[in-house]
Amino acid sequence: MPRRAVGTNVLRKEGVEKVTGRARYLDDLSFPNLLYGRTIRSTVPAGDIAAIRYDFDRTGFTVVDYHDVPGQNFVALIEEDQPCLVEKTVRHAAEPVVLLAHEDRETLAQAVVHIDYRATAPNYDPERSTRSFKNISIDKGDIERGLAEADLVVEGEYRVGHQEQLYIEPNGVIAVPEGSRRITVYGSMQCPYYVHRALKVLLGFSDDQVRVVQTETGGGFGGKEEYPSMIAGHAALLALKSGRPVKLVYDRVEDLLATTKRHPAVIRHRTGVKRDGRLTAIDIDAVFDGGAYATLSAVVLSRGMIHASGPYRCDHVRIRGRAMMTNTPPNGAFRGFGAPQSQFAAEVHMDRVAERLAIDAVRLREINAFKPGDTTATGQKLGEDCSALAVLREAVKRTRFKQKRRALKGTGRGIGLSLFFHGSGFTGSGELKLGSKASLALTERGANILVASTEIGQGTRTMLAQIAADTLGMPYDAIDVNDADTKVVPDSGPTVASRTCMIVGRLVQHAARDLKARLGPLTPKQYLRKHGPLTVTAQYEKPGEISWDDATYRGDAYESYGWGCDVVEVQVDPVTWQVTPTAFTTVHEIGRAIHPGLARGQIEGGSAQGLGYAILEDVVMRDGRMANCQLTNYIIPTTLDTPAIDVVLIENPYPRGPFGAKGVGEMPIDGPAPAVVNAIRHAGVDVRDIPATPEKIMAACASR
Amino acid sequence: MPPVIRHRQLLDPRSLGDALAMLRDEESVMPLAGCTDVYVSLNFGTLKPTRFMNLWRLNELRGIDRHDGRLRIGALTTYTELIRSPLVNRALPMLVMAAREIGGRQIQHRGTIGGNVANASPAGDTLPVLAVADAAVELRSASGTREVPFRSFYTGYRQTVARPDEVIAAFYIAPVAGTQWFRKVGTRAAQAISKVVVAGVAGPAPRLAAGSVAPTVVRLSGTEAALARRATASDVERAVLDDIAPIDDVRSTAEYRRRVAANLVAQFVHETRVRVSSRRR
Amino acid sequence: MRFTLNGKRASVRAHPMARLLDVLRETCHLTGTKEGCGEGECGACTVLIDGLPVNSCLVPFAQVDGARVTTIEGLGGKHPLQHAFVEFGGAQCGICTPGMIMAAVALGPKPSTPEMQTGLAGNLCRCTGYSAIYRSIRAANRGTASLKARTTTGRKKR
Repeated sequence: MPRRAVGTNVLRKEGVEKVTGRARYLDDLSFPNLLYGRTIRSTVPAGDIAAIRYDFDRTGFTVVDYHDVPGQNFVALIEEDQPCLVEKTVRHAAEPVVLLAHEDRETLAQAVVHIDYRATAPNYDPERSTRSFKNISIDKGDIERGLAEADLVVEGEYRVGHQEQLYIEPNGVIAVPEGSRRITVYGSMQCPYYVHRALKVLLGFSDDQVRVVQTETGGGFGGKEEYPSMIAGHAALLALKSGRPVKLVYDRVEDLLATTKRHPAVIRHRTGVKRDGRLTAIDIDAVFDGGAYATLSAVVLSRGMIHASGPYRCDHVRIRGRAMMTNTPPNGAFRGFGAPQSQFAAEVHMDRVAERLAIDAVRLREINAFKPGDTTATGQKLGEDCSALAVLREAVKRTRFKQKRRALKGTGRGIGLSLFFHGSGFTGSGELKLGSKASLALTERGANILVASTEIGQGTRTMLAQIAADTLGMPYDAIDVNDADTKVVPDSGPTVASRTCMIVGRLVQHAARDLKARLGPLTPKQYLRKHGPLTVTAQYEKPGEISWDDATYRGDAYESYGWGCDVVEVQVDPVTWQVTPTAFTTVHEIGRAIHPGLARGQIEGGSAQGLGYAILEDVVMRDGRMANCQLTNYIIPTTLDTPAIDVVLIENPYPRGPFGAKGVGEMPIDGPAPAVVNAIRHAGVDVRDIPATPEKIMAACASR
Repeated sequence: MPPVIRHRQLLDPRSLGDALAMLRDEESVMPLAGCTDVYVSLNFGTLKPTRFMNLWRLNELRGIDRHDGRLRIGALTTYTELIRSPLVNRALPMLVMAAREIGGRQIQHRGTIGGNVANASPAGDTLPVLAVADAAVELRSASGTREVPFRSFYTGYRQTVARPDEVIAAFYIAPVAGTQWFRKVGTRAAQAISKVVVAGVAGPAPRLAAGSVAPTVVRLSGTEAALARRATASDVERAVLDDIAPIDDVRSTAEYRRRVAANLVAQFVHETRVRVSSRRR
Repeated sequence: MRFTLNGKRASVRAHPMARLLDVLRETCHLTGTKEGCGEGECGACTVLIDGLPVNSCLVPFAQVDGARVTTIEGLGGKHPLQHAFVEFGGAQCGICTPGMIMAAVALGPKPSTPEMQTGLAGNLCRCTGYSAIYRSIRAANRGTASLKARTTTGRKKR
């Protein structure tokens, strides 16, 4: 099979549209007879609605409340607990209660709706909550024995705050009704089939009565994994009631206030270790703040707990995690999905263990890092695609880490490191349950890829076209990628979990092989003329050797893992306690890069987000709502906040990945925060809680 | 999202004379310069006024020149114009330092020094510079012109002495003797609202002003007195803490602002080699 | 209001206080300029007024009277920066890209890395971490971006 596109930096499929302004994002679209939508939200964090008063002239208005839900009033995802519109009980501030639509935006904006509440006492503390969305237990060996064998037991408690995905394009959808029994929703989203299912449930519609079309999406990072089901439901309700297309777009303030964020967490470690540095026991307790409704907390917790002990060998492991309800807006998916939280704790704790043992931080990791043949906390045996030591050694060598650790001591500067890993694809039996499909349709020039996987900036269209092109033996330019339109494309599963290349790319590869076989010696044009249209579909098959037990949480949690090591140098300003990252190196092993430029783009972008998570991005909650809901006050890194990002890609082809590829989308965000905090520690300051703002650094210095 | 504007009116005078007549004759009109603050409120739906006056055409409010030995800076001067002005760079480099740290290029090309002063936020980055330079604010109305010393310009949180029929026309700055110093501590490296901002002029009688540490910009008079009498470092620090009254807000804490303000003054002293007593208490 | 829009004389009617951003997108149907925040923080709405990058979400329409306004559409699709952003990864999701390119146009020739950082500090990108943006700008200035004219978008709607 001649390889001409894979491994090269072909031009992005939709690149020209994006740089000319021709790419059409949701808010660029309009429809005839359009109404604009608006969401009226609760202003209390907990309580019952006593009365709703519409204090405006209702001429020309469409008003929707929960009575207007034709199907079932919940946002279908995992649980059935989250109403699309509040019926009586409010469980978080900014919860949607009533929807309005009008053709004039100013009239719409000026409508006043009064809601009276019987407020009840909210709880914002996940550790005091009595309602758990999920509990997870992972056990390996015998923890008490492991602790007994230890020469030293080191404890630590670590905290991570919310983080906002901050896609530069806010959420938005347009719902277009066709009579009263058909609806099409266009929108900025990652998972058209999630929206499709949620709308069927909400509206009581069948498969072909709902059509969902993803529009060009200006960033997602997980923030448009499940939330679009909510906003799509709202627009659809307004559209069906009014009989007109409805555009519902959030401004930045509403998006910050009302949509999902990364789960905050408190993670406690108790680690048993021998004098020579070998880990004998890893005992972890984690509490995740799920917000008011379950949404994806169960799976975030799952991934978080599976990664919680870090990429280290240990015979005795006990991990206990729980996701708790609080009266705050529900938290949800954000790149990393539990692993940035748990690996923050794991990697900061490793440095503390090293300190207590008086063993060098690199040495401790070298002693314990996974090697092929080791088993993980869930008992998964790692194969040759385990590169923990390789990435560690490369990062240490490249940055002259050990020399710098000595040289920078006492200078107000520091250098820190983190070693991390990230499973590709859905956990355990998740991929099997998804049963994803990919189709390939013959065209005159070549082929058209039909998948529900979405382009959200990471390069889905480009990467899948490269895989198809090389498998078919056709030029990259001969491959088209269809819009993610549920009327046309099969359900390839969601665009999440670092699965789009490894899982869906593999399906595209299988479909391409099948198509190529069917073509035989004919060109596409010849085939079409002779036989008519041809579409082939490939469906996910579980690799035989993989087995997972949901009940005991044991087995092969992921098909394969990526491996990473970050090294960060920081400066701590003695006048202002501000932390400036001055150098950043990251070594990643992701199997193989289908498109080295796109892979690098994911690593650079994810690393920058990780730096923001570490020191800048602070969601200030007051009375259960985000008080700093403006970009002036929720700050992400600018050009001047982001150091040069030195990326090293190690290739270690994964045999079952398309052309050897694993996933890359999420892993880059797992590493920066612990590396930064470890560097801050090296500079002399002990913080265990991110974001490590100057105020926290100051307090840590004061308590020295 | 397009803001609510249909019920709002924009008066659009072609000359300063016309503008002043409008301010005299019309009810409650809010002047608009670069709009980099006002339009944020408009976009957020929190802007209450319904009648506005566009100042952007009024070239009489622009210009940087020397006037009777004083530097005159027109109110409509943008931050970019300040940064690029050879006169300002020579006479008032701390104003250039401040202008460089406001927003990013886009804000600097439209935001004006007059707008920064009229907006009256205690976090305005040019305010400590003007305070420490003892600038004079020229206010013009249809009935005449008056100058108000900068230290008398603010009377309380977002309150100024300017009358509704007056517009800030220009700032006059007498020559500043002594090394000029400026530092802004923001929430991040660029495009940041200040948590603490300090401007200073060194010399035998040093001058210091700070923003974001009180309801208005403040001259640190107690600190200036302590430095003038060559007090010890810890006395100077105490004086700083007495001069300011910061609060907790969504961006930072009172305690952080106190400690950083004190550190900035110490840094000013160190970097401009203001002489302090080396005696410990 | 009479002004020059992308090199052509334009005569457009809109409320004098309408944001320039909305006039461009809705009255002039130039949707290339984007809204990311409405507070002048993200720079996605950047256009040039008399050659200077500004946040169009903060400019009242009345203030462009007689001015030269340039949007992403005014670059004609053939600007070296546009080619380079495609070839060197400067654009990922693309929502910040029009504003970023307009701000980059105003950087002048062969900017150094610190000049790029300072000049683009008013443009937020969440996807790239900025490195690829600098690489794209450098490539554009070296004349090494060579986009062959592409007539197909590689996308299909069925």
